[in-house]
Order: sequence, then C-alpha cells, then structure tokens
Amino acid sequence: MLALLRLAWRESRTARRKLLLYMSSIALGVAALVAIDSFAANTTRAVREQSRAILGGDVAISSRQEYAEPVVTLLDSLRGAGLPIAEVTTFASMATIPSSGNTRLTQIRAVSPGFPLYGDVVTRPAGVWPALADGPRALVDPALLIALDAEIGDSIALGYARFEIAGVITQIPGDPGVAATVGPRVFIADRWVDSTRLLTFGSRAEFETVIRLPEGTAPGRWIAPLRPRLRTGGVRVETVVQRENDLADGISQLSKFIGVVGLVALLLGGIGVASGVHAFVQRKVETVAILRCLGATGWQVLLVYAVQAAAMGFVGAAGGAALGVAIQYALPSLLGDFLPVDVTITIEPTAIAAGIALGVWVAVVFALRPLLALRRVSPLTTLRRDAALIGAARRSDPASWAVTAALALSVVFLAVARADTLEEGFWFTIGIVVSLGALAASAGAMVVVARRLSRGPWPYVVRQGIANLHRPANQTTSVVIALGFGAFLVSTLVLVQANLLKQFDATLATSRGNLLFFDVQEDQRDGVSALVRDAGATVLQTVPIVTMRISSIKGMESAAYARAAGLPTNYWALRREYRSTYRDTIVATESVIRGAWTDAPPDPTGAYALSLEREVAENLRLELGDEVVWDVQGVPVRTRLTSVREVEWGRFEPNFFAVFPTAALRGAPQQHVVLAAVSADTTVARLQRNAVARYPNVSSIDLTFIRGTVAQIVQRVSSAVRFLAIFSFAMGVPVLFSAVAATRRDRLRESVLLKALGASRAQVGRILLSEYAALGVLGALAGMLLSFGGAWALLRWVFELPFDAAPAAALGIAALMASMALVIGFLTSRDVFRVTAMEALRE
Amino acid sequence: MLVARSLTKTFTSGAHPLTVLRDVSFDVPDGAFVAIVGPSGSGKTTLLGLLAGLDTPTSGEVLLDGAPLHRLDEDARAKLRGDKVGFVFQSFQLIPTLTALENVQVPLELRGDRGAAARARGLLERVGLGARLDHHPTQLSGGEQQRVAIARAFANHPKVLFADEPTGNLDGATGDNIVALLHELNRDEGTTIVLVTHDAALAERTQRVLRVRDGALVEDRATQAR
Repeated sequence: MLALLRLAWRESRTARRKLLLYMSSIALGVAALVAIDSFAANTTRAVREQSRAILGGDVAISSRQEYAEPVVTLLDSLRGAGLPIAEVTTFASMATIPSSGNTRLTQIRAVSPGFPLYGDVVTRPAGVWPALADGPRALVDPALLIALDAEIGDSIALGYARFEIAGVITQIPGDPGVAATVGPRVFIADRWVDSTRLLTFGSRAEFETVIRLPEGTAPGRWIAPLRPRLRTGGVRVETVVQRENDLADGISQLSKFIGVVGLVALLLGGIGVASGVHAFVQRKVETVAILRCLGATGWQVLLVYAVQAAAMGFVGAAGGAALGVAIQYALPSLLGDFLPVDVTITIEPTAIAAGIALGVWVAVVFALRPLLALRRVSPLTTLRRDAALIGAARRSDPASWAVTAALALSVVFLAVARADTLEEGFWFTIGIVVSLGALAASAGAMVVVARRLSRGPWPYVVRQGIANLHRPANQTTSVVIALGFGAFLVSTLVLVQANLLKQFDATLATSRGNLLFFDVQEDQRDGVSALVRDAGATVLQTVPIVTMRISSIKGMESAAYARAAGLPTNYWALRREYRSTYRDTIVATESVIRGAWTDAPPDPTGAYALSLEREVAENLRLELGDEVVWDVQGVPVRTRLTSVREVEWGRFEPNFFAVFPTAALRGAPQQHVVLAAVSADTTVARLQRNAVARYPNVSSIDLTFIRGTVAQIVQRVSSAVRFLAIFSFAMGVPVLFSAVAATRRDRLRESVLLKALGASRAQVGRILLSEYAALGVLGALAGMLLSFGGAWALLRWVFELPFDAAPAAALGIAALMASMALVIGFLTSRDVFRVTAMEALRE
Repeated sequence: MLVARSLTKTFTSGAHPLTVLRDVSFDVPDGAFVAIVGPSGSGKTTLLGLLAGLDTPTSGEVLLDGAPLHRLDEDARAKLRGDKVGFVFQSFQLIPTLTALENVQVPLELRGDRGAAARARGLLERVGLGARLDHHPTQLSGGEQQRVAIARAFANHPKVLFADEPTGNLDGATGDNIVALLHELNRDEGTTIVLVTHDAALAERTQRVLRVRDGALVEDRATQAR
C-alpha cells in the first residue's frame, strides 16, 4: 500500500497543477458552505449569549390592549415579591419639530425605569439614557434627526407634549438595525405618555412587560403555573428559551437557504471535476499501459490515480475552506442589519471540517466515474498503437454501478441534509436533477444542431469551430451545464427581484389614494376632511373603525369552539382584537367569492349580515350561515356569515377582515381613517404638518414614505442578492476553466496541423472564436430559458404573484455569461497562437 | 519455459475475419536467446503479445513457466508479468514523470519488495547509468533510455524477457551496445530472452531464429552464434 502511495505521489509530478485546476471547481462550493455554516454557528452562539438582552428579560408578557385586571394584579404581586420588572409601550405617532414644522411618522417607545433589564443602551452623547426618566426628554434614532433636519437639543412634539431631544440611540439590545428603516424610533419615559394624549380610544399600541428572574431559575418552569391566569387575560407569554429557539430556527432557515447556493456550487464543481478527470484519464492511458505490463493490476492502477484525485480534492477543498473563512468575516456587513444580535466572528472548526470532508467526498465520487475506465486500459497499447486504448465497459460492472449509486445517493443526501424535511429535500433533489437534465438535454440538442450546421454554407473557419462542438471527446455538455447553471441561478434571482418590485409598484400605482390619516377621533373627522379639501386635494374615503373581539361562534365560547373545530386553544384568530368597519357596499379592493353581499336588516333571529375575508373565514373554519357573536366594547352584536371576500391587501387603501352593515355598528364607539388623493409632494408635506399642528394625535402616512422605506429595505436585501448573484456567476468560472482546459491538448494538436497545412494565426483565432461564441451563446441562452421557468415557479407557488419575463435583464445576464465563456476559452487556448507547425514534425 | 501450441489469432475487420496468426507451435527452453523475425505485418508483434500474456489467442495455448496464460484473467496475467516477465520496447516506454531510479523501482514496488531502491541502483550502475539516477527520461538520450528500460526489465529477476525491436529507434553503435548488454544479462542472469525484430543481422546474433510470414511459422533454426 505504501508503495502504491509513493508511486501515486511520484507519478503525479507533472499532473498536480492540472488536477488542482479541476479540483478548484469544488472550492467555491466548499467556501460557501463553510462561510454560511460558520456564520450560522457564530450567530446562534450570539443568540444564546445575548438572548436575555434580545427579549429584554427572562420572561416577556405582551398584549395589543391594556392589561386586564387579573394580569395587573399578578404583575403587582410579582413586583411586591421583589422581582425586577420593566415595561415598554410602543405605538405610532407623528413627531414634529415645532421650529421648522418638519414632521415624520415614528415609533414611540415609552419605557419604564429599569428598562432594559439586560444589555446596555449606547447613546450619543454617552450616558444620557438614565436621564430619560428625569424630565420630558427623548432619545431618537440617528435617521430621524436627518429626516426631520433637527439637532440634539431641539424640541420635538409628540402629540400634545413637547420633549427635548437629549441624544441619539446608537445601540439598544434586541432590535435589528433594519427596524429603524421601517419606522424611526423615539424613546421617552412612560410617565410622559399621558401628557401626549396619544393613547386615546381606538389607538393601536403594543404593551410589553419584561421580568428578570433570580439567577438559576428556569423561566419555563417558573411561568408554567401562571400561564392559565395570563391566558384568561388575553396576553402573550414568551420565555427567553422560546425566543432563543425561535431565533435559532430563523437563523437555521437563513443558513439553509444560502447553503442551497453553496450546495449547488459544490455539485456543479463535481461536474467540473468529472469533466477534467475524464480528459486526464485520456492522457494517462500510455502510462497505465506500461504499469499494466510491469505487473500492476487494474485495481492497483485505479488506486494510484484515485489517491491523486483525493489528494488534490483535499487541497482544493482546503483552499475553499480558507476562502469560506474569509467570506465569513464579510457576512456581518451584508446580513448584520437583519440580525437582532451583535455577532463576533470566530473560527468554527466543525463547519470547516465538515466543508472539507464534503468537498473531498464530492471530488472523489465525481472523479471515480471517469477513473474507473483506467482498469480497462490494455497493456497491448505498449506494443500496438492501433489497439483500443480503453476496453469497452462491461454492462454488469459492479464497481461502475456502485460508483453511480454513490453519486446519486450523495446528491440526495446533500439535498436532504440542507432541507428542513425529507419531502423538501426530495423536491430539491428533483429540482437539481430536472435543471441539470434540461441543460444536458440542451447540450445534446446543440451537438445535433452543430453536426448539421457544420455542413452548412458557412465559411470554413466557422464550420470548423462549430464542428468542435460535436467532435469525439468534446466538452459541450460540461461547458453548457456550467455556463447554463450559472446563468440560470443569476437570472432567476434577478427576475424574481424585478418581478417583486414591479408588482409592488403596480399595486401602488393602482391605489387611488396617496395619503392616509389614522387615529382620527369621531369629533375630528370633519375637520381633517376639511383640511384636505382646503388644500385642494380630494377625500376619497372616510372609513370608520370599530374595535371588537369574538365572543362566541355557533353558540360556543371561543375556547369550546376551538376544541370543537380542532384549533389551538389560544388561536390567534379567536383571541385577537379585530378592527372592523361598517358600510353598505363593497369597495374596489374587494370581490365577493362566496355568498352575496347584503345590507338587509337583521334576520328574524336578530343577527346582522357579516362579510369576512377569505383567509380569516378559512382559519376560523366558518361556513356561510354560521353565527358569530362579537363583543363590541362590552356590547354583544350577533351576526351571521353571509359573504366571503377576496381582498387585495397590497393596495394602499383601508381593508378589513370583517365588514358589517351600517345598521349594526353605526352607534358603536369608533375612530376613523381618512384616505386622500393629493397631487403634489409639497401639498402632502404641508397637509401632514397642518394636520398634526391642529390635531396632534392624528398620524398620517404617505405613499412616498412607503415607497422610500421599501426601496431602502430592498436596497439592503439587494446587496445580499447581488452577492449571491456574483457568487453564482463566479461558480461557473473554475468549472468552465476545467472543462475548456481538458481539451487544450487536442486544440494545440489541431492548431499545429492546421498551420502545417497553411492556416494563418488569424484563421486559427476565428475557429476558436466560432467555437466559444457558439458554446457561450447557446449555453447562456439555455440557462436563461430555464430561469424563466424557475422564476415563474417561484413567483407562482411561493409568492403567489404573476410572472413577467423581463427579457432585457435576462438577456443582459446571458450576454455576460457568454462573454465569460469567450474570455475563458481564449485565455485557456492562447498557446494555439504560439505553437508552430514545426511541432508536427517533432511528433 | 515458453510453450506455444497451435496458436491462432483472428481479428474481425469490418464484416470479414482477419487471421493474423495461424496454428503456430514451438517451445523455448530456459535460458535461451531467441529471435522472432518477419517483415512488417507478418504477425510477429501479435505473436509476442500472446507469448507475453498481453493478449489472448483465438485458439491454442501458451504456457509460461508452466502457467496456462490463455486461461488466466487480465489481473492474474498482470501478476504473472510482475513476477516472471520483463519487457523492453522499441519506444522505451519509460514513465515520463519518474526518474531513472524510480522507473526501475516500479516492478519491485508493485510486488511490495522492500529492497527496491538498492536493487534498482545496482542495476542502473550495472548498465552504466550510476550517475544518472535522478534524471527524467526527457533528460536522457535514446540509448540511455533503453538502458534504463533494460535495467527495469531485469529488476524483478524475470524468468523471461520480451524485447520488441529494442534497437529500432537507436543508431547502429548504440544498438550494438544494447544487444551486447542483453547478451550479457542473458548469460549472467540466466533469463530466457525472446526478441522480435525485422533486422535479420540482429536475429543472427541470437541463438535461434523463428521466422514468421503471413501469420505462419515458416522457419525454426539454430544460428551460427550458438
């Protein structure tokens, strides 16, 4: 065995660079897997270390309404027992700089003393957080200062109260950076909330209480006896362990998604390895024949070259792992905004070892297939040049079947290992097989077409170049797969992103209004409408909003109904506060899909007609004719389901889960939203300022703000998408190099003979150009067409949106990939210009 | 040492069978130095391949040191070659990535022989290349490469050595030296040598000539050199 290893090492002297080139195909795949697995491990560790700071305590209780009496009593008793408890109330409101009139929709976070119970708040200037409770002071997100064109020390109006901007928050536990993009935050002490008069009837707010437990207390066990009391109060309870697990799951999902790209890169690299080793085998036939003459068995020969492949595979994988570690350091800048923790990057030996092992396995299993042929090299080749160099394969070769089975099982195993479920892994495997199969079939079709075209009326140099696509031992299949798959991935990413943005723009374009006022009280409705009209804008809708909860369904209380319908006891649709409206017609954003819209008087049983949105009706397992009793601020209202609506939630207009006839809720306590159509941006800004000046509790949101917010978020996501796209693009490079380099010797020989027969360097160059242009264009187009299918499937089944081909973007990517093929082809074949016809004589 | 009985080899060329060897039989005793001669296309290379176990006959038998080659599979024949056979080729057939020393060591290492390096060094010194141990084939002249090939062929103390046109790619003087070396090793090691050549003068320098023409053995005689 040692002798064979020595022979393998010695015999590889002139082949190491080539083998390394072939094995570099797997390096990128290993790099991606090592990078994302290491980053996921780093992030999961950070979550576990910082989970208390993320949650704000060991246990968090939250609700969308003020706590019921039992909950308040319980919390008071816990405070009395000496447990540290802090509270945060979060709600939306306009913030205004009185001196300039600049106004912006913000998230107000009113915190109690002692918040946060874990972690540190970093401010600028430093150390101002504790002073928040001392007076009417506010700490804001840096982006808000810019948006309001304000400075530290300025006065900021929140509702009817004014605060001094004491500083900016640069870091606070638990919030990912991207949250500030969605809504810039203003932190005030909770004792000033009443003075703002912003939390009035119908206002939406999130009430949260966090509790710090004594060291060593298991939060789950501690809260368990208290859960029944909290459940009756309608609050949500979360422990630090639950938050840890939820975040860890989320990180796992992200790593699985990005890991898919790495996995695909690895498999593509395996194809590059197979292609390169196939050509390597052809070059080694004479040496193998000599070894066979000298007494080497077929298995000894196979072992020698398999060891070479494994060694180079290890070097390639190790190089990939090193690259992966480097990429790992770049990932926080790409993904950091979306994470709720600060991630410290450390080397993760497990991820590195797993990546290298996987890389070596893929390299060996893909190299073995072509290497098996070495067993059939005839020693007669040493005597007779016309002997068949490699004997025909036997159909019943167990080794060949075993390697093929190992290859197939490897693909399935890798897919299942990265997926959440066996089914998902199965579908992923199918996806890979179908994509690669489609590309291989395209390559096959290309060979047939090339055979026909090479007899066509084209100039000789074109015919000769295209003939290289179908000649024996051509690399058309591996080049088309490498190019096509890269084009497929990049194109799919770009198409999906383009379609999502286009759909968003189209949805906004069909929205009639562009400015929405909310938290408008009953006695402010006419005033706000008048403000809109005075500004020359149009009031499109004035929509009443009535808050309510489900009291019973089909005569059963919520808990009993949940049990009967097979729903979880604390099911969100049964527990939530509904913000419903009343009107006598449907609106443009809805369509009735079951039953019929009616504004008829109550039926003989006294039940009003009820119209529900489709998903809520399905979630509640309701059918037409079912009775639902609502608790409308203490008053029961009986309804019967008479219609189900499909709602276009994406439109910028008020939409509702439940709609009642006017007679049912006209007298109920309510607030309003006012939807306006405003022609100019300056009018929008002026209207917002005027509204908040006259009615400080009224907030407004304009379409420009939404578009800008989405654009900012998309910009950040785009960076990650662009990185994935560049990675996918780069994935094809080593595989292409490998496939093209494999035919370099044939190309040189051909060039020498052509020159001996009278071809000029320019003619040789044009032959090369024809070949690689044909390969590049056809391969990239095959990938592009496949990407239309992939993007359509993703948009149809995942995003449930229509598909627009966006040909310009896809063609651009195809052109880029085709150019890459040309460049790589010429780079690898540049020796054809250098060799002279004299080489033919020497041979 | 070598027994050929009614050897026949037929190839299928297109739709027609092509018999390149027809009913060839002869014996070669231990220690003999035999030449197989014939013009190009006579079947002599085919005959060599059958005798060395590189190919299998369509019919007939080959016994090499008592082992029936025609009944062994490829790996068994390879093992037999490693144990008992040496080769010298017209185009030397050295492994280009190995040094002279490493080329000679190959058959010994394939057998797991621990003293491979020492034996290889001794053989190369014996053929006059003691100073060229670390040179690759591309750094050696044709004659030097053939001497390395001869050293390799004798590395495993072969019972029989097959030489296919060993002087075909060499100039006259160098060729003479090679033949002299083969004689010396035949005498000193007692190895049976079967040499294929189209050179009649070279054939007369061996002990016995087997002439092949059109696939048949037409002459089997001792030479003057005997």
